[in-house]
Amino acid sequence: MLRWILGGREALGTVEKSAALFIGEEQPKNCFTEMQVLKGHFDIVRFLVQIDDLRFASAGDDGLVLVWNVETGDCLLELRGHTQQITAMTSYTIIRGGNTHTALITASSDRTLSLWDPDSGNRVQNISDLQSSVKCLLVLDRLDVWLSGGNELCVWNRDFELQCKTVHHSDEGISAMLELPKNFIAAAMDKEIVIFKLNLSGSDIVVMAMRHLADHRDTIHSLININDGLFASGSHIGELIVWDSVDWTIQAYEQIVWEEPAVDNQSEVKLTQQKPIEKSIQHMSSDGEFIVAAVGSGLYVYNVPMKSVVAYRKIAHDSNVLHTMLQKDGRLMSCSEDGSVRMWELQDLPLPAEPASSGFFGMFGTFGRSSKHSCPPVPKLPEVPGLRSLELNGDLIGHSGAVQMFLSFKEKALVTCSTDHLLIVWKDGEMQSQLRSLAVFQKLEENQEL
Amino acid sequence: MIGSPDVVAFTKEDDFGDSFSDPLSLPEEFSVPLFTHTANANPWTKTSFAKFSKDFILISEFSEQVGPQPLLTIPNDPKVCGTFDLNYFSLRIMSVDYQASFAGHPPGSNYPKLNFVEDSKVVLGDSKEGAFAYVHHLTLYDLEARGFVRPFCMAYISADERKIMQQFQELSSEFSKASEIVKLGNRKAFANELEKKLKDLEYTRSVLHKEAELQKMNNGCYSTQAIEKANELANMEKSIYEHKDLLRQITSYPSRKRRDMDFVECETEKQADTSVSDDALNGNHSEVAEKTDRKSSYTPQLIKAKSAKCFDKRLKTLEELCDSNFYHQTLEQLNVIEMTFRGDLCSIYTSQIDRALLSKQRVTSFLFEAECDWEDEGTSKNFNFTSNIPTVPVLHLSGEPLSLESYTTCIDLDHIKPGVESMEGPPESSTSDITQETSEAADTETKGSFSSDKSIEALGGVSPSSLQANYFDGLERKCKVSIASSFENASHSVAVPRRSSDGNLVPMDASCCIGQDSFVFEEPLPELAQECCGDTVVNQEPLSLFQGDTALQVNYIPEESALAESPNMGLTFSELNTCVLSEDVAKINIEDASDSTSYMSASTSSDRAVSPFTYGSVLTLKQKKKAGHSALRFIRQYPFAQQAIFCLLSGRTLVILGVDEGMVRKLVNALFVFVPNLGKYCETVQPWLSTPFQLTDLQRWKLIGLQRAASPAGSSILHSLNRYSRYISILDCDNKTLRCPPYRGTLISHLADHRTQIKRGSTYFLHVQGMLTQLTAKAFLYTFCHHIHLPMDINEQGSVKSRRTNFLLQLGYTVEESKIVQYLSELIKQHYVQGSSKWVKQSFCFNYTTSFLYKI
Repeated sequence: MLRWILGGREALGTVEKSAALFIGEEQPKNCFTEMQVLKGHFDIVRFLVQIDDLRFASAGDDGLVLVWNVETGDCLLELRGHTQQITAMTSYTIIRGGNTHTALITASSDRTLSLWDPDSGNRVQNISDLQSSVKCLLVLDRLDVWLSGGNELCVWNRDFELQCKTVHHSDEGISAMLELPKNFIAAAMDKEIVIFKLNLSGSDIVVMAMRHLADHRDTIHSLININDGLFASGSHIGELIVWDSVDWTIQAYEQIVWEEPAVDNQSEVKLTQQKPIEKSIQHMSSDGEFIVAAVGSGLYVYNVPMKSVVAYRKIAHDSNVLHTMLQKDGRLMSCSEDGSVRMWELQDLPLPAEPASSGFFGMFGTFGRSSKHSCPPVPKLPEVPGLRSLELNGDLIGHSGAVQMFLSFKEKALVTCSTDHLLIVWKDGEMQSQLRSLAVFQKLEENQEL
Repeated sequence: MIGSPDVVAFTKEDDFGDSFSDPLSLPEEFSVPLFTHTANANPWTKTSFAKFSKDFILISEFSEQVGPQPLLTIPNDPKVCGTFDLNYFSLRIMSVDYQASFAGHPPGSNYPKLNFVEDSKVVLGDSKEGAFAYVHHLTLYDLEARGFVRPFCMAYISADERKIMQQFQELSSEFSKASEIVKLGNRKAFANELEKKLKDLEYTRSVLHKEAELQKMNNGCYSTQAIEKANELANMEKSIYEHKDLLRQITSYPSRKRRDMDFVECETEKQADTSVSDDALNGNHSEVAEKTDRKSSYTPQLIKAKSAKCFDKRLKTLEELCDSNFYHQTLEQLNVIEMTFRGDLCSIYTSQIDRALLSKQRVTSFLFEAECDWEDEGTSKNFNFTSNIPTVPVLHLSGEPLSLESYTTCIDLDHIKPGVESMEGPPESSTSDITQETSEAADTETKGSFSSDKSIEALGGVSPSSLQANYFDGLERKCKVSIASSFENASHSVAVPRRSSDGNLVPMDASCCIGQDSFVFEEPLPELAQECCGDTVVNQEPLSLFQGDTALQVNYIPEESALAESPNMGLTFSELNTCVLSEDVAKINIEDASDSTSYMSASTSSDRAVSPFTYGSVLTLKQKKKAGHSALRFIRQYPFAQQAIFCLLSGRTLVILGVDEGMVRKLVNALFVFVPNLGKYCETVQPWLSTPFQLTDLQRWKLIGLQRAASPAGSSILHSLNRYSRYISILDCDNKTLRCPPYRGTLISHLADHRTQIKRGSTYFLHVQGMLTQLTAKAFLYTFCHHIHLPMDINEQGSVKSRRTNFLLQLGYTVEESKIVQYLSELIKQHYVQGSSKWVKQSFCFNYTTSFLYKI
């Protein structure tokens, strides 16, 4: 297969094209030219949580929580305590006497919840003997309480005292939670979204289910806030529903996946193999106007006001996309089970009527066949006037296993965590070089050698 | 008996005359002394008519039985010495011995005193033999020897007089190291011997005591036998007391070494109190015992009350005198000395200048320099322990846990073993027991024994009085320490009646080894040496022919003083120790991480010998020079050599892929000289890998030899190659292809011109080294230029970038060459900020560029 090593560059080309998309080695827009590999975990790393501008925490199946310095790559703390894998982690900002202090809440399969102080490494609070393991956590800063979702929904106050809880739900449990206006909570439970209301009467908090929204036909994987008035949910069979946050009515219902156009045999064989998993909406993120949805190994950008898909990549990665991020300037990032992180940019198509370039539809079939481009794969899309393309700007290759999640420190760094037990901090090499120069001159000054 | 000596004069050019200095002339530290021009001298003709082929080190002893005798030479090869008469030369060098052998009863004290004398260093010439020597005298303690001391000397013998003269400082400091090691071992051995002897004595005393009681019972108190026994017993008591005192002295060595007031006294009264005369030997004493072989589990023996004949007994060999471990360390150090000073004076100078300059370039020297001098950073003084690190095991050998305490306490601890009465409190008796006659006798003997020495001229000399000033401060402190520690043991000690015996003297004799002031060259004491640092060279030392190298010499003086000063030494040893430990750890890490896997399947290979890479061994300059040959071949053979070298210089990992291990290793060997920051143990090169590499490996290794195999492992290797192809360049040595980013520029074509006229590998290596040094200089400039890195004003970040690129353009570099400079600059920055130890946290830089495939 890898005959290019033995042979010429021609061979190399064919092999690479068998991947979904190949950007090549020339990536002028990719500024991540420096990496630092952080070792410390012994199992899959699944969660990354930012603590402040400098620090972040990572957690995973080994039950360890590690606190890192993103600039130096130092492991600052090892928070040990959980005996089984960590199922959820969130940061919890406490304001005490004008000082904001960020703590970490972790939930584990060992049915414990812990509060950690990332400055001292102490396990400040710990609750064990929960009835079920917690799958998601939600902090309500406004009310200074936080919620844990497992088989039941529990409300806790700042001191880790149980305020109230709901009755036992189905075995599926709560997979995601969302804060809605007016003290309402949306929780995804299998195919339903349940709206809870938190009643605050004095010091007592009561939680009660208000509405069951059963419009999804399959399990809900993703639940996100779009803006103050809207939230969205995505299901296993590719349904994307946009809801009104206040009256919980459906604003838009989109079946993101459409029928495959007829393509030549060779492509079909390949694509049909991927079909079963392709529809599932794994992850969504939004910037208030657009939603980016990770559907199978593809990426879809949905314009909420226009209620249409404005750009997409049917096969953006070689394998399922696990996490996405939409940045303000029309750039987005995605990471996948294939071990890569890809950076995309929304670009206007040069001419709406023009058939897409081979680069654009590079994922379709073998290289060099222009005939199939004459028929656009998606009959629905050309009708949309604002259709834009999703151009690959660069990719980050380093992990040897699925990239579970990434965390952006803006221009400072990007942290990725992976199944291969590693974390990688990607940095802008030019900027780091500049910083190092400054450090050198600072040290020169300190040593009086200047 | 001894031929007329040569006066090796100090030749020093007058500083009068022209004070004009040519502005274009080289700075002084660069200058190499010119060959002295005599009529038709050819610098390469062998001017001397020495009977030996090259320099060697001779160790001799002034044996009390047979006189001066050579013990061994280094290198231990009879060819080296040729027809040179070692016996004769030993006689000569030993006859400039000095006062070292003083021991015995000084006036005002009633028990024998050990004299911790300084080593003396003299230069000796014999033009008839064509031999010149740096002679380093030292004394070792031996309980059976006369005066407890055995004089030894180590001599560096060369046909080149100027070499000896001008390298005096260096020779002296290196030999001092060797001497310290051997003396340290000797003190330990001596203390052990004393302990055994004490046991013997106590055992004997108890036996005598019983006998005396018996006789009293039988014959009454005043019978002759009883009185005789009582005398014997008294002698025994006395000798026990004296031995204990000796033990105390030897164990409190480091303080005594320099700070003892007695030592100063002795200096002045040397002539008077040179121990005891020979007749003491023949007296009726119980001291001289026949020692039997002693093992650690020692059973006391009865000491016979008659002394053995001096010439009957077998003297201990040097190895027995000091612990054999120490002995081997010493030999190793001497071997190092021999290697360091091998060859022409000019090349020694060059390499010294080289090293001195390199030591000033700690910021960049890690990049391409083979010398491991920058490793010394950790030690405060300019300690040049290259391979004589064995000094360190001092602590290991004794089985004591490593401690950061001073050397002094280590030694003390070692000797204050529980159950052994090793120390006594301060003596309370004060009767002088040295008689006028004996001292006079000694006096005359001294004169006699040195009558022939007049013919020998030693160079240098110092008046002891100038050294005395600084001794007082440390004395009191040390006394307290030793007393305090002895109190702890006091309860164990047997209650010995501490009355002084009046009659008989301990049979010690050192008269044959007495020294005289005028022949002594005293090592400058640390305090003095440090004071003298300011005014170039210590004034007792022979001055160099030229003043130019003072800068260099000053560098070496602290080194010497560091060694001589014991409290410092303790500290430095422990520092070294940790340093060495961490190095070991580093080695282990490397082996753990890579070696175990890499050699698993590599066992079938044939020519491992091609490559210098054996993990844990320090890469030497010699290996690098050899690699120059391979590099030259590579450049001639592969037209894309420049691209490959570009990859290495710009920090892109180069993977050499091949089926045949030998071939891959050859290529690795050819290319590793171009790897920046190679590391002391070649950490950044993995010569042969047969397992898939990881991302972190790319960060660590910049040159990898990789096995191409058809096995499943092989395919996963290819997979990793494919996956990380953007970070690596691949040189396929089976198909003779190279896949890497393109290079445009002239820099590397100068570095690696396949039409080069250079024929020899070592020449080519030097050429490469020169080019790389140039490059390094540019990178240094680039790194430390303010204006290209610091923003002029806070708002304009962008201009910094353009200023940088402009700067590199002005240096005449293309885009690709700029990458090289930038990469080197990054390395310099990281090294400067983090220090050399923190390479683990180094981040991995790369850039996204298209690779091309080059074929032959």
